[in-house]
Amino acid sequence: MAKAKTTKELVVEPVFDNNPIALQVLGICSALAVTTQLTTSLTMAIAVIVVTACSSAAVALIREYIPSSIRIICQMTIIASMVILVDQVLRAFFYDLSKELSVFVGLIITNCIVMGRAEGFAMKNNPIASFWDGLGNGLGYGLILVVVGFFRELLGSGKLFGFSVLPLKADGGWYEPNGLMLLSPSAFFIIGIFIWVLRTWKPEQVEAS
Amino acid sequence: MFDSLADPLELLSLFFRSAFVDNLALAYFLGMCTFLAVSKNVKTSLGLGAAVIAVQVITVPVNWAIKEAFLKETGLLGIDLMFLNLICYIGVIAAIVQILEMFLDKFFPVLFNQLGIFLPLITVNCAILGGTLFMEQRDYDLPQAVVFGFGSGFGWAVAIAGLAGIREKLRYSDIPPGLRGLGITFIIVGLMALGFQAFLGI
Repeated sequence: MAKAKTTKELVVEPVFDNNPIALQVLGICSALAVTTQLTTSLTMAIAVIVVTACSSAAVALIREYIPSSIRIICQMTIIASMVILVDQVLRAFFYDLSKELSVFVGLIITNCIVMGRAEGFAMKNNPIASFWDGLGNGLGYGLILVVVGFFRELLGSGKLFGFSVLPLKADGGWYEPNGLMLLSPSAFFIIGIFIWVLRTWKPEQVEAS
Repeated sequence: MFDSLADPLELLSLFFRSAFVDNLALAYFLGMCTFLAVSKNVKTSLGLGAAVIAVQVITVPVNWAIKEAFLKETGLLGIDLMFLNLICYIGVIAAIVQILEMFLDKFFPVLFNQLGIFLPLITVNCAILGGTLFMEQRDYDLPQAVVFGFGSGFGWAVAIAGLAGIREKLRYSDIPPGLRGLGITFIIVGLMALGFQAFLGI
């Protein structure tokens, strides 16, 4: 690395310039199924941000003591412990939400962003920088989740955070909900379009064909 | 424990449901990272699909056994250890992938060389952990766990092979610059997911 990045760069860069989902194709796996509502997407985003930031910091803290041959297992254990913590907190304080997220909280373990940051950044940098780096990547991921969740809930059921925004025809309003938005394919379409918009705005991210 | 064996038709329908309607990749977005990254040509994606089926068939029943024998309060230890589930499952998956790798290396070196890098990658494939977690959540018994493991692995393999076929043809298409690569792949996966929804009628 040429020079150490400042905290601001560490946090802001992954959000737009090097977005984990849109550019690095990481961590799409676990969370798109939870984006039918804004509330669940936001919860998932916060959970991932907490796990990425804390596990990166924890891995960085003990990076000098991890033998490189078993580092993957060590990182996995740290990440799994963090996810269990998040899962228990959700169950204790937001039981309904944790029911709706079902298995997807557990699947944060295999979210490649968390693993990728632990392996790619935290193993080489100090805990504080790793924390900010994890936070930034979590934010970049959360941004996409929230955008997808926003469109799916607004267009699919005319609501935001469960409150009616577009009055539905069924309740005497004018909006006919788009049922497709509640099905899984719409999440793919929205991300595809999001990537298109992002790459039109920042043409240097366009892939060579 | 073997209650579901009484009704083989039910098991068959579970197989089709887990393979097509509840397709792990297209309906639950699991294993997406490898799904998008390794689907550039049909041959490698078939190899990866086969590896996923193999790992899924082994890990789901093994994790089922561990859950029943150790983690549940009714198990051998007599204490409720369910909060340790995630750490146990991921450990089992990592171990089984490792064992499978050594086993293939020793007895089927040809297959081992074909799968190459994909085997270790399977550890962090969310489809595998997802299969186990769905098994836990839906409370399957042993035969159901085996069938579900096979069905969901099979569905994932079909989906990745199909996507790879489409992407091979895509090279000849004229795509707007911003959509090239990842963007158009997402749109295609969306369309495939739409197609798989049609299996709901079976």
